[in-house]
Amino acid sequence: MAKRNMVEAINAGLMEEMEKDPAVMIIGEDVGKEGGVFRVTDGLQAKFGLERAVDTPLAESGIVGVALGLAINGFKPVAELQFMGFLPPALDQILNHISRIRNRSRGRYTCPMVIRMPYGGGIHAPEHHSESMESILAHIPGIKVVIPSTPYDAKGLIVAAIRDPDPILFLEPKRVYRAIKEEVPEDNYTVPIGEAKVLREGGDVTVICWGAMVREALRAVEMAAEEGINAEVIDLRAVSPMDDNTYLESVRKTARVVIVHEAPKTCGLGAEIIARVNEKALLSLEAPVERVTGYDTTFPLTKMEQDYLPSPERILRGIRKVMAF
Amino acid sequence: MIETFDPLKGEMLMILHPDGRCEEKLKPDLTDETVQTLYRRMVFIRLADQRALALQRQGRLGTYAPVHGQEAAQVGSAYALGEKDWVFPSFREMGVCTMRGVPLKDIYLYWMGNEMGQKVPENVHVFPISIPVGSHPLHAVGAAWAAKLRGEKICMVTYFGDGGTSEGDFHEAMNFAGVFQTPTLFFCQNNQYAISVPRKIQTAAKTLAQKAIAYGFHGVQVDGNDLFAVYAATKEAREKALSGGGPTMIEAVTFRFGPHTTADDPTKYRTDAEVDEWKPRDPLLRTQRYLKKKGLWSEEIEKEIKEEAEAEITQAVEDAEGFPPPKPGEFFQYTFAELTPNLKEQMDDFLAFLKEKGN
Ligand SMILES: Cc1ncc(C[n+]2csc(CCOP(=O)(O)OP(=O)(O)O)c2C)c(N)n1
Repeated sequence: MAKRNMVEAINAGLMEEMEKDPAVMIIGEDVGKEGGVFRVTDGLQAKFGLERAVDTPLAESGIVGVALGLAINGFKPVAELQFMGFLPPALDQILNHISRIRNRSRGRYTCPMVIRMPYGGGIHAPEHHSESMESILAHIPGIKVVIPSTPYDAKGLIVAAIRDPDPILFLEPKRVYRAIKEEVPEDNYTVPIGEAKVLREGGDVTVICWGAMVREALRAVEMAAEEGINAEVIDLRAVSPMDDNTYLESVRKTARVVIVHEAPKTCGLGAEIIARVNEKALLSLEAPVERVTGYDTTFPLTKMEQDYLPSPERILRGIRKVMAF
Repeated sequence: MIETFDPLKGEMLMILHPDGRCEEKLKPDLTDETVQTLYRRMVFIRLADQRALALQRQGRLGTYAPVHGQEAAQVGSAYALGEKDWVFPSFREMGVCTMRGVPLKDIYLYWMGNEMGQKVPENVHVFPISIPVGSHPLHAVGAAWAAKLRGEKICMVTYFGDGGTSEGDFHEAMNFAGVFQTPTLFFCQNNQYAISVPRKIQTAAKTLAQKAIAYGFHGVQVDGNDLFAVYAATKEAREKALSGGGPTMIEAVTFRFGPHTTADDPTKYRTDAEVDEWKPRDPLLRTQRYLKKKGLWSEEIEKEIKEEAEAEITQAVEDAEGFPPPKPGEFFQYTFAELTPNLKEQMDDFLAFLKEKGN
């Protein structure tokens, strides 16, 4: 087994699926010769040719709109959007067509496709290159929203996403892309979509997170451990569908919850999780649920980026708060 | 004059040849002194660009999109505008922006990661640069429409690249401009690449300029490395817009010599031979040759121009780096005219957190 980072792991997953299934096709801006601006599709055009890893005109609505057409007529497109900040032009197609086609045609037409995009902050990027809009997507019925936080999961999830019968929005925390290396099996495997993972067991407080916030939360939890607080950490891995059972079970055990996300607080997924906890485990709670999130502002440029992002210190503060209640 | 150049026939306006020879009949009314001044600005932009790259390598500036190679397109077009005209730039327009009065300090400040760099001085009509490709021509059309309704004798110019012409918003902008006959100038710098993607993948059409025809107005291809052609075409299109003649699209055919941004490695997708092919068409060399023929350029003059530019640039760097850092929580302040109760609560909590941390 080789140690791989997330970029290499997703690349390997794409490569394997393209080898196995000639219907899998990569489309997007700079995905060909360039191999994507983050190199996730590196080598795919060289290996599979110009017709299977295709540079398109610079048009996000075009990319995902034609992906629907490809998908209903025999292909499994894996479309790349260069950054989540450039998802908005494609939202019309996602919201009004891709997510609805199964329903509108009562299953006659379906849309097995993947739309990948790097998301999130923390890499000193220019404007529109740091957004986290997963709650906007999770609000759309008919699409699944998958977010890996490690290289191992990223490979297993991209393979599962390509094989899924429904459209998948695959959000890649770009801050993690090259930050961690871990053992990633050479063989083809899947990680089930919609299954959360307990990364650390603990009985005092449940910390729920996903994407780049997982590492921050784990750091915070280390610090909390030094203060004698034993936290359980759950990586959701998909925010739609959300694996309620895993976190509810944890909440029933710990009775205290901290939710961490990079996206703005208002109408962020933290709110949805709290609602589900209230519906199904309210009486287990011994403290109000704490949200440690980005703020309700435009994502700032680099000078203030670190102020905006939830840091291990800020998460620790949230943990202390629910413990002290 | 520009209407006589038909993009469908592959006709491109060129006045100043790469060897410095000039089509005297077409030459715009620029005095030698003005040409010298514009040449100085081009040198300034090239050096300011190089400085940005150096600062980025030293970790003093973030990702930056260099102008290198597009100086004539930017200086020639920006100089042709009236004082009150507005500019709606994309992210590669340091040349245009400085020409229009945005202090270089502000541009550096912005790329250093401080939003204050986008707060242009009151008397400067330059909109914040647009990073979402192809999205901002619509704003120029709306502003031009407003100018028309208000009877303002100005035009609105939007700058974008070849890649930008593929976005739906670009086409909607062109269409609105045609329908409402707005005084808008669509200035496309076709620098042959959108990151790694060559121009031919953006459109099957032979030129970008011909897109205007479908929207009911004129489009013209000009040699984008030819200061005179760019200036002449922009000036004429502007005059047409001001006299109620509606929009024009100008496609300035040029080449990006540098990387797409400091994060890009162009050797991944283009050959040195291709870059070398464009080198003799360098916009600075061309203008320099013209001036030399007139006895207005020498190594000595060049040295003096560069020294003067470097001094100005160094000052801009000092000013940008000396600019006070944002106050804690500054990023909350500009969301609305007034902080909402919810935002105030978030800001107070953030400030409390900073205090607990001990700063
Ligand atoms: C809507 C949108 N999609 C993708 C990007 C990422 N991106 C930044 S610049 C660029 C290429 C732009 O090419 P072009 O319009 O030709 O302008 P140039 O960079 O060559 O000046 C891309 C794809 C973006 N900024 N905006």
